[in-house]
Amino acid sequence: MNMPFYVAPEQLMKDRADFAQKGIARGRSLAAVEFDEGVLLCAENPSRNLRKVSEIYDRIAFAGVGRYNEYDQLRIAGIRHADVKGYTYSRDDVDPQALANQYAQMLGQIFTHETKPLEVEILVAAVGYERDGDRMFHIRYDGSVTDEDGFAVLGGEAESIRERLSASYAEDLDLGSALRAAVSALGGEDRTLASSELEVAILDRIDRGRCFRRLENGQIQELLS
Amino acid sequence: MTLPNFDQSDDPGPSFYGLLRHLGRAVDYETPGPQAAGPADLAEITHGTTVVAARFADGVVIAGDRRATSGNLISHRSMNKVFPADRWSGVAIAGAAGPALEMVKMFQLQLEHYEKVEGRPLSLEGKANQLSQMLRGHLPAAMQGMVVVPLFAGYDRRRGFGRLFAYDVTGGRYEEEDFVTSGSGSLFARTVIKLGHRDTNTRDEAVDLMIRALFTAADDDSATGGPDSMRHIYPIVSVITVDGYTELAEAEIAERFERVLVDFSERESAS
Repeated sequence: MNMPFYVAPEQLMKDRADFAQKGIARGRSLAAVEFDEGVLLCAENPSRNLRKVSEIYDRIAFAGVGRYNEYDQLRIAGIRHADVKGYTYSRDDVDPQALANQYAQMLGQIFTHETKPLEVEILVAAVGYERDGDRMFHIRYDGSVTDEDGFAVLGGEAESIRERLSASYAEDLDLGSALRAAVSALGGEDRTLASSELEVAILDRIDRGRCFRRLENGQIQELLS
Repeated sequence: MTLPNFDQSDDPGPSFYGLLRHLGRAVDYETPGPQAAGPADLAEITHGTTVVAARFADGVVIAGDRRATSGNLISHRSMNKVFPADRWSGVAIAGAAGPALEMVKMFQLQLEHYEKVEGRPLSLEGKANQLSQMLRGHLPAAMQGMVVVPLFAGYDRRRGFGRLFAYDVTGGRYEEEDFVTSGSGSLFARTVIKLGHRDTNTRDEAVDLMIRALFTAADDDSATGGPDSMRHIYPIVSVITVDGYTELAEAEIAERFERVLVDFSERESAS
């Protein structure tokens, strides 16, 4: 019988984490910023069809970076979870924290038990009825969850983008300033991102119904100028 | 509640009803219920009555009275039978209220779920077909007396005009050019609409026509509720155009009813 080589658990986890991080770093980054009338989600994404940001439920949005097929599968699982829960109980009972926990469980499970961890980082964002009801949960490839306050950055260059964004972020920005802050943080000093390279959506702080709304190219241009 | 995740071979796709079935949570209409349900029991079931819809120049208008009856009793005076199905379409129901409301809820979720999973909404025809399939699933219950007959109306954004669909209990789907009606008072409402309908009607003309039709239905059919100014209960009227689904404010409907009533009473006193 062949004995498998002994690999220390620390090494095993580190290898998996390195693998996932490398995969995520290949893609482009994404920033989410809370503003006075909602939550802004802004991704660097030249594609009009392969979305990074999408709607989960009335007040909840999803954003993912990394491997498209993997986070898209997570997106659909989230929509299913939310719709079934809303159908079984009521629309008011669908909350972002339960969804974030479920994602964390799933990612953690895959990270330790499957042959390959998912090469993704995701964000569950929710808009409250009041400004202090906004929530952002950042979930990493290994299932670790961070409760973000004010803004969140996902992706390979998250550290440097986060630094730039924290310099320009303030509470109660309006939509235009929030978008400009996010775009200049994503681009950095040497690059200016054009509206066609951006995917922008907001969770609008309205009283009822579906709050998720995509901003069209023209609207983005107008806000950026 | 865990995250639903499926193998590729048995993934329910963008269908919400399919998802519920997979999870064992679907209301299954296909299991036969108690066979004892005779006419005496059926009288206990709450029924909704007259709903109407018509095309006009910029889209469609869809409306319904507010009465629900159980046998000869009025069980609800302010029931709503006209609902948005999504942003560009609406559904109105007549028949057994319980299953009908469940069907509307499921229909709305089915459309929303598809839109979110696929990233774009179903075509208007696709939506009409979905409702047809749900009715077909409901047929066993309908055969036992719990009949549901909806109307579906929407703005076809690809073709740029409003469209109307009528159904029967078997799930048969019939697209109509001008107007559709359903429910116990529909015969009376239908005649009024038939006489007043023009393709070129404006929004206001179309809304007034719906109001006159429902008033006439309530006048001759005991299961259809008329305007109730004492309790401020008026029919629900919604308009669907390129700008989407809008329910008319109660004040506007009340005012239009006022005018229709003046019109009718003048005619009565003249005769």
